[in-house]
Amino acid sequence: MRIFVTGTGVITAIGNNTAENLDSLVKNKSGIGKITLLDTVHRNEFPIGEVKLSDDSIFKLLDIKEPGAYTRTALLGMKAASEAYLQAGNLDKRKYKTALISATTVAGMGKSELYYGKYLHENFSNEYIKTHEAADSTEKIADFLKIKDFITTISTACSSSANAVMFGARLIKAGIVDRALVGGVDSLSKFTLNGFNTLMILDKQLCRPFDNSRAGLNMGEGAGFLVLDSEKTVKTENLHVLAELAGYGNANDAHHQTASSPDGYGPYLAMKAALELSGLNAKDIDYVNVHGTGTPNNDLSEGYALLRLFNGNVPPFSSTKANTGHTLAAAGGIEAVFSVLALQSSLLFPNLNFGEKMNEFDLIPNLNLQKNTIKHVLSNSFGFGGNDTSLIFSKI
Amino acid sequence: MSVYINGTAAFISQNTLNFNEFQKGLVEYETDFLKTVPVDYKPFMTPIEARRMSKIVKDSIVAAETALKQAGVTMPDAIICGTGLGIITDTEKFLEKMIDDKEQYLTPTSFIQSTHNTVAAQIALRLKCHNYNFTYVNRGHSFESALLDSIMMLREGKRNILVGGGDEMTPHYFSVTKKTGFWKQEIVKNTELFGTKTSGALCGEGVAFFLADSQKSKSTHTELVDLKLFYKPADIKEIFDTIKIFLDANLTKISDIDLVILGNNGDWEQDKIYKTLQETIFEEVPQAYFKHLSGEYHTCGAFALWLASQIVSHKKYPEFIKANEMKTDKINTVLIYNHYSNINHSLFLLKSI
Repeated sequence: MRIFVTGTGVITAIGNNTAENLDSLVKNKSGIGKITLLDTVHRNEFPIGEVKLSDDSIFKLLDIKEPGAYTRTALLGMKAASEAYLQAGNLDKRKYKTALISATTVAGMGKSELYYGKYLHENFSNEYIKTHEAADSTEKIADFLKIKDFITTISTACSSSANAVMFGARLIKAGIVDRALVGGVDSLSKFTLNGFNTLMILDKQLCRPFDNSRAGLNMGEGAGFLVLDSEKTVKTENLHVLAELAGYGNANDAHHQTASSPDGYGPYLAMKAALELSGLNAKDIDYVNVHGTGTPNNDLSEGYALLRLFNGNVPPFSSTKANTGHTLAAAGGIEAVFSVLALQSSLLFPNLNFGEKMNEFDLIPNLNLQKNTIKHVLSNSFGFGGNDTSLIFSKI
Repeated sequence: MSVYINGTAAFISQNTLNFNEFQKGLVEYETDFLKTVPVDYKPFMTPIEARRMSKIVKDSIVAAETALKQAGVTMPDAIICGTGLGIITDTEKFLEKMIDDKEQYLTPTSFIQSTHNTVAAQIALRLKCHNYNFTYVNRGHSFESALLDSIMMLREGKRNILVGGGDEMTPHYFSVTKKTGFWKQEIVKNTELFGTKTSGALCGEGVAFFLADSQKSKSTHTELVDLKLFYKPADIKEIFDTIKIFLDANLTKISDIDLVILGNNGDWEQDKIYKTLQETIFEEVPQAYFKHLSGEYHTCGAFALWLASQIVSHKKYPEFIKANEMKTDKINTVLIYNHYSNINHSLFLLKSI
């Protein structure tokens, strides 16, 4: 069974919707800069990719009628998910069973870290206690869009939303639902910023994916969602198709809780599995949107995995993390949207901040915006716990 | 294609190491939350390894490896976990230190361990398992999502799926969430939980793992016939209808059910749904409770499945789980109905092989 993308929605540091993100990618714009919204002692230390809207602005933009406790995670998710869902079209849910598969790692931590001390030590409580749990943002999106047939949340660190895409496609193929809204969201929090800081993988400069001098990642926030439809629904309802989800694969590196194996065995297995499912050959891939976080470890490991998969002939590739920052659980969904945009606009997006190739190999990312026919895009997302996922999108 | 449970192990506040021990008697507590019994890690890991991990990770490793061993499987085709809260002990440790020390002097250990997918990742690491590895974190549908994914995996032709669920509760997170009124505000006896007339559930924690496969083996406990997850039903009618459609789809009549295991948690309000079912469609069916053993937590459905698997394979169940006086002379078909906070509702149908 073929699975098609019929809607995309995205919000990141480089734009509040799909069109704005495409415009920024085309113009080599980065959304990474000084911390303005997050209240942290590291404010002047690390550059960060913040979405340029306050919680109140998103709340108003969405015209939310239902009162309740809305975390930034929920709001960002609702914004991108509703954009994707509106584009695909709100089909009759009695006729088409609809799933929402969302992903997050930070969940409601943005509010928890604000109030936890008071919850613990004072006679104080508020409605954000209940938003700590990861399912909260998923339920907010589901209830906002009145999706009820199947709802779940995935959390596998930085591959989370790529896994949501994969699971949504499998649910449709299994006949459990007819269509699925899939993706993920993470908002910035002090918890994750400090966590990554203790791991010493945050760069104090702008991140430089696949550059020899790279020294870490810049954190980002956002959400990215896709609507997946079956071939049958597309035909019956005459839906406009943006791309095909041709392949997906998940594998585990089984090397270390936070570090990737030096030879990138898990990443290699995930890409290979996606390729096998799609029925394509490695040489059919025209562009790779790499995970490319800019950490010394990831880019080395991913580079070796690419060299192995493509037998030394790696197709044009770039990391868009220097535009958006690393959006953790949202990255897979956001970059899935960027992959669809690359197919639709026939554009290879550039890898910003690159200066010098890495000592270990001769891989040079795509440096300039290029107009080119792109038929198949591979998108990588790798996370803690050795969790590696690759998706393949194809032009229709 | 059928789904068989070929291995399972669970840890809660009771003696669940083997079913015969478990059956001997209910371990009584007078408490506001039921803690998991101490688990012997020695056969599974060195003391140094054990010191590094929080209880939920260690208990999960022991349960997972026990389930694998029972089924005689060394390398599963997938490791799929569910957890509502993730590794709350380490999350809390990092969060509290960050708040207290104003983002200074932090160390990475608890941050690394706090990631929601730590359990699935640690199991993969220990087994050197490069296969599919997923973690679901969807409140009362965390384990159930993992189980559904496992069934899908088997239908896709994979074999030997290691699937489990677990949650831990800490004193701090308990005191915070108690403020929402979700938990009982007073100390109760677990033996008298279902007689209480107060609001709030008895809090609990635990882990349970399973080896699910499409082929029967000599270690098979039960067949998992079907699973249904539904979200925020509008009213009791929708719950009735969903149960009826689920049973019809599996060619099962209410009168075929030899035991229904219900998720009553002692909350006067929340239990109304169960009570309505107990007095109507399940009136003639032998009924059982399980949350006076495990307490309420997001992934307690995994414990209910452990209990049901054991009951089906041993063809008996202890008095202390009985919820009514109905009797049966056979145990071939068991239904579990559970809901979390009237948000996530689940049905599991099991049959003897």
